[in-house]
Amino acid sequence: MLMTISLLMENKPGALMRVTGLLSQRGYNIESLTVARTLDPTLSRMTIMVDVDSKLRGQVIKQMNKLINVLQANDLTESPAVVRELVLLRVRSTMEHRTAILKEAEIFGARVVDSSVEGFALEVTGESERLEEFVSVMESYGEIDVTRSGAVAVSLEQKKLRLSPPVSKTGGVVEPVSAPAR
Amino acid sequence: MSNLMSGARILLECLTRENVDVIFGYPGGVTLPLYDAMYDHAIRHVLVRHEENAAFAASGYARASGRVGVCCATSGPGATNLTTGLVDAMMDSIPVVAITGQVSSKLIGSDAFQEADTFGIMRPATKHNFLVKDVKDLAQTVHEAFYIASTGRPGPVLVDITKDVLQAMAHYTPVNEIHLPGYKVVMDGHAGQIRRAAQMIWEAERPFVYAGGGIIHAGAHDELRELVESVDCPAVCTLMGLGGLPGSHPNFVSMPGMHGSYAANMGMTECDLIIALGVRFDDRVTGRLSGFAPHAKVIHVDIDPAEIGKNRAADLPIVGDVKRVISKLTKLLKELEPELAAQNAAARKGWWQKVHGWQAEHPILPSFSPDEIKPQHLMYEINRISDGKAIVCSDVGQHQMWAAQFIRFDQPRHWINSGGLGSMGFGMPSAIGAQMANPEKLVFAIAGDGGFQMSLPELATLVNYDLPVKMIVMNNGYLGMVRQWQELFYNNRLSGVELTTFPNCELLAAAYGMKGRIVRTPEELPDALRDAVNSPGPYLLDVRVTSFENVYPMVPAGSAVNEMVLAPPQPVAVASK
Ligand SMILES: Cc1ncc(C[n+]2csc(CCOP(=O)(O)OP(=O)(O)O)c2C)c(N)n1
Ligand SMILES: [Mg+2]
Repeated sequence: MLMTISLLMENKPGALMRVTGLLSQRGYNIESLTVARTLDPTLSRMTIMVDVDSKLRGQVIKQMNKLINVLQANDLTESPAVVRELVLLRVRSTMEHRTAILKEAEIFGARVVDSSVEGFALEVTGESERLEEFVSVMESYGEIDVTRSGAVAVSLEQKKLRLSPPVSKTGGVVEPVSAPAR
Repeated sequence: MSNLMSGARILLECLTRENVDVIFGYPGGVTLPLYDAMYDHAIRHVLVRHEENAAFAASGYARASGRVGVCCATSGPGATNLTTGLVDAMMDSIPVVAITGQVSSKLIGSDAFQEADTFGIMRPATKHNFLVKDVKDLAQTVHEAFYIASTGRPGPVLVDITKDVLQAMAHYTPVNEIHLPGYKVVMDGHAGQIRRAAQMIWEAERPFVYAGGGIIHAGAHDELRELVESVDCPAVCTLMGLGGLPGSHPNFVSMPGMHGSYAANMGMTECDLIIALGVRFDDRVTGRLSGFAPHAKVIHVDIDPAEIGKNRAADLPIVGDVKRVISKLTKLLKELEPELAAQNAAARKGWWQKVHGWQAEHPILPSFSPDEIKPQHLMYEINRISDGKAIVCSDVGQHQMWAAQFIRFDQPRHWINSGGLGSMGFGMPSAIGAQMANPEKLVFAIAGDGGFQMSLPELATLVNYDLPVKMIVMNNGYLGMVRQWQELFYNNRLSGVELTTFPNCELLAAAYGMKGRIVRTPEELPDALRDAVNSPGPYLLDVRVTSFENVYPMVPAGSAVNEMVLAPPQPVAVASK
């Protein structure tokens, strides 16, 4: 079953490898993965869609939370969240189909990002299933090239972010740190 | 305070601040600057004869002392040779910091001489690992490495340092603060959960303590003892937890699991409450999970939340440091005792009778023969000499299981073995580390004739540093543990397990400049052991034991632990090809 994981992690070399290593070491296949830095440039947010036995989802999240570079890992598979994907698509078509293509694009809320005598380049975001429909509709008009971004997700629940405060080398907490909302 | 020094020097300053007194290592091209800085530095360097053994020695040091063990290797082959030792430390949660040299930062990625992707290779081999490419990050990183290795669930951490960083001159400012926002360690267990645990324990009729390596790591042995005495219930310690409760304690049953006693495994099967303390329900302990402790509720205490519910669901999970949790739990148990303890006292008495009955029915007894040395006999004699006090470092195989069965450990950090990874070759190098940490203690290394040869060159290290380790080879002529499985589960078709050539250990010891002796008969065994122990310096004993003994009891793979085989069905002949 496809699991949706949202991760907040330090934007450091190797952090991505630790996360993906944890999955590949268990033989799980990653369907999609997106990562970009957050408002705070020292952090990145990652969304992973991965095929995991539903009984093992909890274990995967716990293992991710154990990674030093991971501030928080959440399982969004069954919790309130918005999941979206972006598709960039080039369709080659003859003149007679141009109007129909634009009509369809409008129905799917796609934008034209390039237009030439050979056809269009279109951009559309939405839920994955809807995007698949869009892709197959476009395919019926001619040869297409598709690039999908992979899913990005945002949780609709307020999740408390617990961060460890600095500790002094001699032991003990240096100063209490309240978790900044990101 | 700030002064100009080389990266190598800064590294040594940081190690000094972490109270490191010894590094087990092997030099090479890119660590030349570090070795140069070590030349006139107070930290001692022990030159092992293979990097894998540097990691094992650091691990033995850590296991025997509770302090962080440090090892060091050069780039490329030096670093890759550390891998097995680090994975071993990972599996057994041992605090080790490994320092590796890396090619200069400008050369990384160019397939430079002795370049290996140490950072990538070590990711799954360590709790965490670092690559330092800027001397400004060095001090902070080294202290973070020690902090991560030694706190929470301990484990190995590797710091890969490029040669230019070791050479660079920089102002050194001591690091006073570590900030790892994503590194969460919960020390105090949830108070409400601990209270509930206390209630569950008094409400149980057949409680059973299942204690493991976590007890040793947390230094919770006194707390464990107090808990077990307050509840007065039977307790088992896993292979990693032996010595957590004194082996001579009346409530101690034995090790549980694949080669555990009948009483330990029946106890697990029949109990109605498992009090699991610093354990991970390893498959070697549980056997077939679906048949494990079918009647029991589980209280599971561990510092690693990922261990809870991983293999067996916990009815009452408590995440926290096992030492803190147990001491609070015992306090609460005592508080609740007047109110709750009486209700099931009769049932608990009956439970003890049952456990004592199992113990009497099928005790694990050594076997003796008048004209040959049985392997169990050897362990029996080592136990007599140790009397619960010696440090015993074991290799992996049949001898390891017999040592665990027959040698008593009354204190923590005295039984040192490769439990999770089961890496042959561990015995002698880990004893080097254990002896370095405890110069005054009697340290035995026990290995099979197979595993002994995997770390054979370390005899030179023993002699080199005059480490009085008593190296005992239980020589059965076979890769005994594998032979046992071939006998029992592969129709005795012995394939690739016979060790037909073995060096003459008297000549071998002499060649290395140490004492050695071959022991062939039961009569000479006690004397030979006593001589080895009484003679100063290292000693090699090659004890010829019977070849075809099997370790029992045994829970066959895929069986429930109560389906254990207690004794050999019949003598089996060796299949001829
Ligand atoms: C590095 C490594 N290789 C292979 C094994 C598999 N293995 C487990 S026990 C064993 C036999 C060990 O033989 P020996 O050292 O003679 O000890 P014995 O079992 O005879 O006491 C082997 C090969 C292992 N545990 N570690
Ligand atoms: Mg052998």
